[in-house]
Amino acid sequence: MDSILDIARWQFGITTVYHFLFVPLTIGLTLLVAVMETLWVRTKQPEWLRLTRFFGKLMLINFAIGGVTGIVQEFQVGMNWSDYSRFVGDVFGAPLAFEALLAFFLESTFLGLWIFGWDKLPRGLHAGCMWIVHVGTLASAWFILAANSWMQHPVGYTYNPETGRAELTDFWAVMFNKVQLVTFPHVILAAYMTAGAFLVGVCGWLYVSKLHQADREVYRKGLRLGAAVALVAGLGVAISGDFQGKVMTEVQPMKMASAEALYDTKDSCAPFSLFTIGTPDGKSEKFAVTVPCVLSFLATGSFDGKVEGINDLRTQYREKYGQDPGARYYDPSGDYTPIIPVTYWTFRYMIGLGVLAALFSALLLYMTRRGRAPTSRWFTRMAVAAPILMLLGNSAGWIFTEMGRQPWVVFGLMNTSNGVSPGVSVTEAWISVISLTALYGFLAVVEVGLLLKYAKKGADPFEEPPSPTLRGSDDDTDKPLAFAY
Amino acid sequence: MELTTVWFILIAVLWIGYFTLEGFDFGVGMLLPVLARDDRERRQLINTIGPVWDGNEVWLLTAGGATFAAFPEWYATLFSGFYLPLLLILLTLIVRGLAFEYRHQRPEAAWHSWWDRAIIVGSYVPALLWGVAFANIVRGVPIDETKDFTGTIFTLLNPFGLLGGIVTLLLFLTHGAMFIALKTDGDIRHRARALSVKLGLGAAVAAVVFLVWTQTMTGDAWSAVLFVVAALALVAGIVMARAGREGWAFIGTFVTIALAVAGLFVALFPDVMPSTTDAAYSLTTTNASATHYTLTVMTWVAVIFTPLVLLYQSWTYWVFRKRISIHHIPEAELEGVS
Repeated sequence: MDSILDIARWQFGITTVYHFLFVPLTIGLTLLVAVMETLWVRTKQPEWLRLTRFFGKLMLINFAIGGVTGIVQEFQVGMNWSDYSRFVGDVFGAPLAFEALLAFFLESTFLGLWIFGWDKLPRGLHAGCMWIVHVGTLASAWFILAANSWMQHPVGYTYNPETGRAELTDFWAVMFNKVQLVTFPHVILAAYMTAGAFLVGVCGWLYVSKLHQADREVYRKGLRLGAAVALVAGLGVAISGDFQGKVMTEVQPMKMASAEALYDTKDSCAPFSLFTIGTPDGKSEKFAVTVPCVLSFLATGSFDGKVEGINDLRTQYREKYGQDPGARYYDPSGDYTPIIPVTYWTFRYMIGLGVLAALFSALLLYMTRRGRAPTSRWFTRMAVAAPILMLLGNSAGWIFTEMGRQPWVVFGLMNTSNGVSPGVSVTEAWISVISLTALYGFLAVVEVGLLLKYAKKGADPFEEPPSPTLRGSDDDTDKPLAFAY
Repeated sequence: MELTTVWFILIAVLWIGYFTLEGFDFGVGMLLPVLARDDRERRQLINTIGPVWDGNEVWLLTAGGATFAAFPEWYATLFSGFYLPLLLILLTLIVRGLAFEYRHQRPEAAWHSWWDRAIIVGSYVPALLWGVAFANIVRGVPIDETKDFTGTIFTLLNPFGLLGGIVTLLLFLTHGAMFIALKTDGDIRHRARALSVKLGLGAAVAAVVFLVWTQTMTGDAWSAVLFVVAALALVAGIVMARAGREGWAFIGTFVTIALAVAGLFVALFPDVMPSTTDAAYSLTTTNASATHYTLTVMTWVAVIFTPLVLLYQSWTYWVFRKRISIHHIPEAELEGVS
């Protein structure tokens, strides 16, 4: 790694995958905590308040790290990718600005109200704050995914040769890009699934733990809620993923072909490969185990649809993009192909890990049906595995979609190597990637330690929270705060 | 008015929002080892900003995002050029932000003191470096014909830049002390007020030198007016703090920071990042801006949503309007105290 390009790419990969370990959990948990608190306000069942507080705490530990690592995301685009920023800023900047204005303010403000507001806000309003935080996370996801979808499939812009950049012509086209419309549900449902699996893991472990026998019913509720959410959301993830595959085949055929390591075009009945080994240069297939016709169905919706292969697409791309070495999209290697083993395996891990997590959730629901109380070791193992599978599956999905776009940073418009900052020195880039990675690694240890500590401790006993009015009261001047840092 | 000018003003407003709000929570963080005598007092200070610091920091993210969208060239040159200072700001903001949430999660005294250090460093470093960065933006830096910064970290560490850093540091310290005096009760309130007067005098001297220097270098009549009123507001704030009028004192430093930043932006206009290499290479509101269409879309969104943000953010401050006294901090056993 001696070029700024490689360093900047590694930094983006490391920081983004890391950031996205926490983000889906936050998106999903804010919803589940809001649901739990609402259930408590409505039903007055103490279990729901205990679960609200318990998962609220875990959510906050997780939220904090997702939030602070998000600042890096906004800054590093300008720091390491200044030519990219100049080229796309007119289109790409607005969603980022709107994300901050419409989403981050909501999230941070109402999360502060929720954390410290137990003795200051009426109960319904307090629960409402968490709903607003959740809406904030959705808005945030909407804008950032719109920006990313534009990189996958640029729309609503025109290339201005005078300024040498992409310029926005239709804001709504960017907001409702067809890639965005299939990506947003896929990502959000995966986030719900992740949070559901997290409930399964934590509650499943506590449910069988000998230390927490008195509270089994609380964790049973949490476990079943989590498993149901994971299962239903999982189904949605699969359906939305199927739609995504078809849009991807249409707008980024090379990504679909490389997801499958499909080297040669199949005019009909393209097989779905379970296992493929290609030659080291990624140009042809040596050995493959396949299921006939399934890829045609995934890509086109018909078992005898035509799916183009990598070799044909490469020829097409060379003809289309390979003419002008001065162009921003020009790939000097002439490959116009992502790294096949990466796309192939991450695609499989994404699907496989997600399916496994959904399967475990279904089994756990079945095992706890109608008051049954399983205690087997496999029960705990499956429960604890579920959230880990989801985190890995989420990462695989993003690595696939970003690596599958290569060599482009904006598909068909700009090559990744042309986006990097020309003025940044290799030393500076190294200092940046090393310090961020080291800090992130250290913080992961701290974060996981805290999550485990509080997860193992279990939910605190029920305690009736204060029930204030908005005006507050004057007789409690010296009472300790309901919550303090 | 040209939309590019409108957005130059809006970005100035966002930075004003950031510095006036996070300015005091940086101040609280920096004063942690000075004003608080024990863990409970440190918690008393931290809880004055607990519910609001994160919302304050979003002003930075919005300023960054709006700069990217409205002036892509400015964002690209600034962020890739001021690389190491920004990296340092990022690293310290990360540990600072986590410290607020993680500090209370374990009872060990050593755990608390490590996160205290994170808060202190995470407040001092950005408070200093933002001043260095802004002074350099106003002063100008070497920028070539492709709009890229050609200097190094040492280019930024010039006397004017460093003085700018000292000014923001002292102003935020003063602002923080004023805020603590306003938001706490008991002994620490009086200590904070006494300290705010001393810090205020130091800040006033440094700020006047810096603003006069800026004015002679690049100012016009408008910036002169803003700088003079900013200085007067600081003096008024100090007088009010001495008189025990904490609310007015805090408004004094708030106005000082707001007008000083406004003056810097006025002095900067119509450049957004002047080049010391050749004035022809300077980034301006016109040659660094986004298209008219993008700016129009952004104006609509800003006009609709900014008042809403101001409304609910103000509401939070109202909900948490009470002074925090030591009795409000739940007692907690610290482990491992010798």
